[in-house]
Amino acid sequence: MSRFLLNTALGLVFAIGLGISGMTSPDKVVAFLDPFSGWDASLGFVMLGAIAVHFFGQRWVRQRGMSLFGGLPRLPDRSDFDLRLVGGSALFGVGWGLGGFCPGPGVVASTTLAAEALVFTGGMLLGMWAVSLFEAQTAGALDGRVPPAEDSLPTA
Amino acid sequence: MDPQSLILATLGGALIGAASTGLLYAEGRIAGISGIVAELPQSEGSEWRRPFVLGLLLGGGLLMLFMPEAFANTTGRSLPMLLAAGLLVGVGTRLSNGCTSGHGVCGLSRLSPRSGIAVATFMVTGFFTASLLGSLGAA
Repeated sequence: MSRFLLNTALGLVFAIGLGISGMTSPDKVVAFLDPFSGWDASLGFVMLGAIAVHFFGQRWVRQRGMSLFGGLPRLPDRSDFDLRLVGGSALFGVGWGLGGFCPGPGVVASTTLAAEALVFTGGMLLGMWAVSLFEAQTAGALDGRVPPAEDSLPTA
Repeated sequence: MDPQSLILATLGGALIGAASTGLLYAEGRIAGISGIVAELPQSEGSEWRRPFVLGLLLGGGLLMLFMPEAFANTTGRSLPMLLAAGLLVGVGTRLSNGCTSGHGVCGLSRLSPRSGIAVATFMVTGFFTASLLGSLGAA
């Protein structure tokens, strides 16, 4: 299978997984994140199912060494904690609870052309662009290192 | 929370895990959607990022055709709220280098301590925000 087709198929499977699991429905997300209004805990099982597969999958792939097309796997190897990590995650959580979308579902739901999904995804792209613009100007001065590409370094 | 939605959630999660494993196998890269989307304009890695995002969109199209309820959204969140939500998600995931997929699925599967901190943090603020809005009835 060609590289293009394989990666397209992987994205498609990822999107179907998001869709059937309930992650693309803000109704589901809000019902999961708000336990005080009749909790729907089912989205917790999405993480369980995904980790159950990927825990073993990533170990298997890393033991193989080389990837099919991309050379050695590039996995993040940082283990430090900083304000960027905690503050950024906190902002992300607020946005997730506010809109009911995280990045993958936002992109997938944009295909429905629903105004909510399009406005969310447009805002997300704008926010991402703003950070990269800011970082290009300050060149990593924020925490003394060059983010975020350096979070991924080659490991065996 | 009926049995069917539990089964679909677990099965859908397994597909997400399988696709993430597939991307690591094929490209040696993490299936973190926030990073993939943010780095889409780069030429380095475009040979896998672009088709992967195309696949996400094609998957969305298939869901719309065969499972439109997957996009159920009656939360009543206003468009200005969604714009704010998008900005927060875009800025937050870039600062923390990951979202539900990169830190959640991939990071937790590798037992990454950074991802553990990230997931714990966004779950707490996500719960807090949704619960606060729910209690205000401000849907």
